[in-house]
Amino acid sequence: MKQEELALKNKGWHQFSWIVSVGCLMAGLILSGCGKKEENTGNYPNGEVKVYNWGEYIDEDLIGQFEEEYGIKVIYDTFTTNEEMFPKLQADTSMYDVVCPSDYMIEKMIQNDMVQPVDKSKIENYKNIGTAYLKKMEEFDPGNQYAVPYTWGTVGILYNTSMVHETVDSWDILWDDAYENEIIMQDSVRDAFMVALKRLGYSCNTTQEEQLEEAMLSLRDQKRLVKAYAIDEVRDKMIDEAAALGVIYSGEYLYCKEENPNLAYAVPKEGSNIWFDGWVITKDAQNVENAHKWLDFLCSAQAAYKNFEYITYATPNLAAQEMIEEEYRKDPGIFADEETINRCEVYRFLGDDMDNTYYEYWKKVK
Amino acid sequence: MSKTKRLLAGPYLLWMIAFIIIPLVMIAIYGFTDKTGAFTWENVIAMVRPEHLKALWLSLKLAFLCTLVCLLLAYPLALILKAGGVKKGSFVVMIFILPMWMNFLLRTYAWLNLLDDGGILCTLLENLGIARFSIVGTNTAIVLGMVYNFLPFMVLPLYNVMCKIDDNVINAAKDLGANGFQVFWRVILPLSFPGIVSGITMVFVPSMTTFVISDLLGARKIMLIGNIIEQEFSTAANWNLGSGLSMVLMIFILISMAALNHYDKTGEGTSF
Amino acid sequence: MKVKKFLSQIYMTLIFIFMYAPIVTLIVFSFNENKGRRWSGFSLKWYQEMFESEMIMSALWNTIIIAFISATAATLLGVIACIGINSLKGKARNAYLAINNIPMLNSELVTGLAMMLLFIAFGISFGYTTIIVAHTTFCIPYVVLSVLPKLRQTDQRVYEAALDLGAKPIYAFFKVVLPDLLPGIVSGYLLAFTMSLDDFIITHFTKGAGINTLSTLIYSEVRKGIKPSMNALSTIMFFSVLLLLGIGTYGPKWKAKLRKNEK
Repeated sequence: MKQEELALKNKGWHQFSWIVSVGCLMAGLILSGCGKKEENTGNYPNGEVKVYNWGEYIDEDLIGQFEEEYGIKVIYDTFTTNEEMFPKLQADTSMYDVVCPSDYMIEKMIQNDMVQPVDKSKIENYKNIGTAYLKKMEEFDPGNQYAVPYTWGTVGILYNTSMVHETVDSWDILWDDAYENEIIMQDSVRDAFMVALKRLGYSCNTTQEEQLEEAMLSLRDQKRLVKAYAIDEVRDKMIDEAAALGVIYSGEYLYCKEENPNLAYAVPKEGSNIWFDGWVITKDAQNVENAHKWLDFLCSAQAAYKNFEYITYATPNLAAQEMIEEEYRKDPGIFADEETINRCEVYRFLGDDMDNTYYEYWKKVK
Repeated sequence: MSKTKRLLAGPYLLWMIAFIIIPLVMIAIYGFTDKTGAFTWENVIAMVRPEHLKALWLSLKLAFLCTLVCLLLAYPLALILKAGGVKKGSFVVMIFILPMWMNFLLRTYAWLNLLDDGGILCTLLENLGIARFSIVGTNTAIVLGMVYNFLPFMVLPLYNVMCKIDDNVINAAKDLGANGFQVFWRVILPLSFPGIVSGITMVFVPSMTTFVISDLLGARKIMLIGNIIEQEFSTAANWNLGSGLSMVLMIFILISMAALNHYDKTGEGTSF
Repeated sequence: MKVKKFLSQIYMTLIFIFMYAPIVTLIVFSFNENKGRRWSGFSLKWYQEMFESEMIMSALWNTIIIAFISATAATLLGVIACIGINSLKGKARNAYLAINNIPMLNSELVTGLAMMLLFIAFGISFGYTTIIVAHTTFCIPYVVLSVLPKLRQTDQRVYEAALDLGAKPIYAFFKVVLPDLLPGIVSGYLLAFTMSLDDFIITHFTKGAGINTLSTLIYSEVRKGIKPSMNALSTIMFFSVLLLLGIGTYGPKWKAKLRKNEK
């Protein structure tokens, strides 16, 4: 018989293991008791709304403010990638009422019949949204039936001007041997392939396998120069000056620049991706009414402005844009200018099979 | 009398069927079907695709390395603890039980503070005049993270088994003229064998299948088989392929563990 | 002999440093004013933020309540199962133990995935129940392995003697058998509690909307950079456990000393 009991036979140990477990339990109960109490004091006469959003993608104060103003309890959960969110929702769309996916994922959800049209008459503040953005969004959401835009931006290169002394205007710099181990790439299939495809002069929505093969080979070739593949950590690594160049969403640029003034942002001349994150209401949402209220709240100039201040992602809310300091409003890194927007392409949903093909190629890169 | 007692095995038996057996059947069902629900071998055979084999081989290599390092680190420690008597128990608790109360993700993440560029160790080395370098994103970092996380699972069974070795046996061997090495080789090592076996099991399995440690310390440049499977579920949304691969992995692990446990004739499963 | 002792002291110190280096950095950075990796001054603001963050507090509450319920359920089921197993013989016993070992031999990854598929297939919506069921399942084997050997050591004849002396089986069990099992049960319980507390992978696959344990909350923060308020929470937890350990080990000694002094 090999194991009489867990380690230590002596009685003393058992004695204090008792104390530890009981004590920890007590400590925990007391600690979390503080949190619990607060929760219960709030009264929510108007029920609840289940929100599924990106991590760190809202000023948390707004949640409390919404709960207070509308008397609706917010059950808030987060995801890190569109792809992680999708299967959870597909299994049961009533799990959340209102979700914030990106463009191509919204299209996929529309095609899979997982969302319901938004009733714009219930969203008083919808008028704040710039029509130019809505028009661009029609590419994946014809008639703007399903999605209410939340944030938008481009994908580009964030670079450290103290380490990079040339002008950054091309994706080619990410294949430059001079920056070995100084490059951080995006760790998501579409973004990584977008960089390679655009560099080769193709569309980032290509469905031609030869082009994908070529992009895969060039990404594989690039791997030796890459310090890390990252999604959100790009931000912190660039601030820490752990790398010279990073592929990043424009929304992170302002925060990065404030933390480290050496950082600058460029959208390469070959073109890039313009993206939108928008709120959709799920097909089997249990709190449709409250979901609309949530959307109305987020579309208010005040909330959108507060959110911009916190998450620093560009808002499509014109009323909120007016409240933003000119220095930021005019910065093409944050709010891309028309010329840049014209260079950029929106991701489209390419069908499950094509998604799979992209993913298989991505595995080959790594 | 023992009939009523036997009935007491019932509740857990039902539980095991519901939550151990049926879930595995579910994996098999998903693994052997494609998206339309038709039977296929494809997901299982997919393991031999080059990108999967590469990940499997790397996982195997790193898990083996990690197990070896753990064994080499833990064995002397267990010997020292035995020599020190039972009082050292609190040392074991301090070293291995207490850290567990700090979340393991947080602990692993903390290694980044030490190892990364601009991290403490790196800055230290830089100040000492050694060039700036970082092991984050290399296999070394992953093995380090694995050893850090799984070392306790090697130490505890070894320590257990060492405590049970009767000092009289050792003294008898000495009295009979065995030298230090002989005592170790002929007495202590064979007697501690069950501990070694369970230690290896407890370390090898989690390190073979981890996806978190490689995620955190591998800068996501390194894909282990755990990462591949996890991503089939979370990002690629190809559950059938993910199930097929995890089934192969599971069978692979169960067979190697069964082979290992074969050497441990005392039976009665793994100890901890 | 002295050299040997010296060497083993050094070895133990090195292992100690290895195990505690990241923990010390965690604790230090919980007092850092800045969010980044550079030290920029002492501050307690993360501690304040931690207590104010509803997310962290509810994650802590979930973690503890889940660990408590699953460990208790696992211990109950496990102890009952052990008594049953002990009366089984031969093949039935081996098969039973073999199934019991599956969650331990199987990787957490496969266990978690399998559970997830099960819940989805039977349309059980993810929530506390799914996490607790999953945790209980992977905790029971540890309880069984802690209790079963104890049960084997107990002398069947004492129990029978109690029966002969007119004790009812239940009474005899609680009075005679249980005290012998107690150390095994306690370590099994503690083990289950700790395993549940520290689990990430299985929770990751079986959690539902809006329910986070500390592990899953941290994982969702990893990509954005973990907030130092998490470090603050861990620091507090660490020192509470340390304190309790201290009381557990030294408490009785102090008590004895005090008594001596009184005399």
